Amino acid sequence: MSRTGPPAAAAAPAASVPDAMRCLLLRDIRLAVRRRADTLSALVFFVLVASLFPLGVGPDSALLRTMGPGVVWVAALLAAMLPLGRMFADDYQDGTLEQLLLSACPLPLLVSAKIAAHWLCSGFLLALVSPLLAVQFDLGWPATGVLILSLLLGTPVLSLVGAVGAALTVGVRGAAVLMPLLVLPLFIPVLIFGAAAVEASRSGLGVAGHFSLLGAFAVLAVVGAPLATAAALRIAVE
Amino acid sequence: MPVHRINWFKYAAPQNFFALAGRLIPWFSIAAAVLCVAGLYLGLWLAPTDAQQGDAYRIIFVHVPAAWMSMVVYLAMAFWAAIGLIFNSRLSYMLASAVAPTGAWMTFLALWTGALWGKPTWGTYWVWDARLTSELVLLFLYFGFMALHAAIDDLRRADRSAALLAIVGVVNVPIIYFSVQWWNTLHQGASVSLTKAPSMAPPMLIGMLVMAIAFWMYCIAVSLARARTIILERERHARWTQRTLGAA
Amino acid sequence: MMWANGSQFFAMGGYGLYVWGSIGMCVLAVATELGALVLRRRACRQQPPEFDGESTQ
Repeated sequence: MSRTGPPAAAAAPAASVPDAMRCLLLRDIRLAVRRRADTLSALVFFVLVASLFPLGVGPDSALLRTMGPGVVWVAALLAAMLPLGRMFADDYQDGTLEQLLLSACPLPLLVSAKIAAHWLCSGFLLALVSPLLAVQFDLGWPATGVLILSLLLGTPVLSLVGAVGAALTVGVRGAAVLMPLLVLPLFIPVLIFGAAAVEASRSGLGVAGHFSLLGAFAVLAVVGAPLATAAALRIAVE
Repeated sequence: MPVHRINWFKYAAPQNFFALAGRLIPWFSIAAAVLCVAGLYLGLWLAPTDAQQGDAYRIIFVHVPAAWMSMVVYLAMAFWAAIGLIFNSRLSYMLASAVAPTGAWMTFLALWTGALWGKPTWGTYWVWDARLTSELVLLFLYFGFMALHAAIDDLRRADRSAALLAIVGVVNVPIIYFSVQWWNTLHQGASVSLTKAPSMAPPMLIGMLVMAIAFWMYCIAVSLARARTIILERERHARWTQRTLGAA
Repeated sequence: MMWANGSQFFAMGGYGLYVWGSIGMCVLAVATELGALVLRRRACRQQPPEFDGESTQ
């Protein structure tokens, strides 16, 4: 009896690490683009939340100008947090996450790719939309520029730290409410210095110190968060 | 002559730790009670009235010990979490879970007594002082730990996830504290410290230290008692647990 | 010896509400914590034992 041997498979080249990361990054972006509604809802939420504050405290422009940096930053925090749950939930449900854990590519690097994709579809867009809100709070030009830059520097930290929370709560009952509770306290330093940078710019003071600290947080997060997230994913899946 | 050595690792087994804790709790409880009475006597009865704050300053005899314990307990929680993740020992996770509620209570007391100290001294119950704001964030970190543990049904995953969270938290606490302190000085100009204790006359200082140790003894006693309960809950399947539960 | 009499001690120079409010809350916290622990221990006892019959511990 002749045995049908396994089909001759062309020897697949082993995927290099950068290839794997790029592949994951593009895949996640493609998925996010297909689910445009989620991304757009986060942006609308951002604008909506920031618009609620003047409705709550009155239209006095001096007061709004003072509140502006903080309000926009808090709204950005909340809006950046909305899509975090999605980061690993879908992959967890369909088994992709387990495949990622089994991959030869180091998990922290794969996780970094996922976080980068997530940031490009959330925090990055929030930073681009923020000038609209700067106009609402009459922040003026140098302050608006500082707002965009501070968000560009700060929102990656939010995505990175948020990924740890998302990984810890993946597949957990009530994760949608639990994850913000875990992650918002960790956002506080970024919030403080991000808002302070805009406020300093508005008052004509220097922003270099604030940006150095935001940069320091970013470096810390880039190094530490993927490792913590990878550990959390292993705990969650195994 | 054989040297008598204690094999400490034997206490890593929940059953042995259960017995050890049972023997230790009375000592810590008595120490806590005695020191508390002594400390309050020193602080409330003997210590002189402060020139600036009047007798309101006496709140530090509970506020400062509570604040210190809130931080010490968080460190202990993170320590046991780390030991659990590194050595994969069941008991370490149980100890981390045992100390968490006590730490949260201490944090709450620090906030409550801080607010009551703030009212007569600075006019409002809450002044966004750097220490109090950091205590508030610490309370959220404790709640996060307990909530995460409670939300996950699989005990092993719950233990390990909460342990990782505790470690991430402990790394962040200094960062958060520094940020909040900076934020506070920025917005209040001169550093107005609610919790600046008056220059301490000896009875005040000794009283505060005695109360701090009293709180520490209490925290250890309650944590050991809670650890015993957690051990009973988790080791329900074991024969020795049946005997203990049946006998008592 | 700071206090002339007991009522002065309780008044705490006018700040009695704050000082005793703080100490009172500490007592309440301790009582609640211990009470919750007692309730938890009691609930543990009342749980039906999951005896698997095989454990040698």
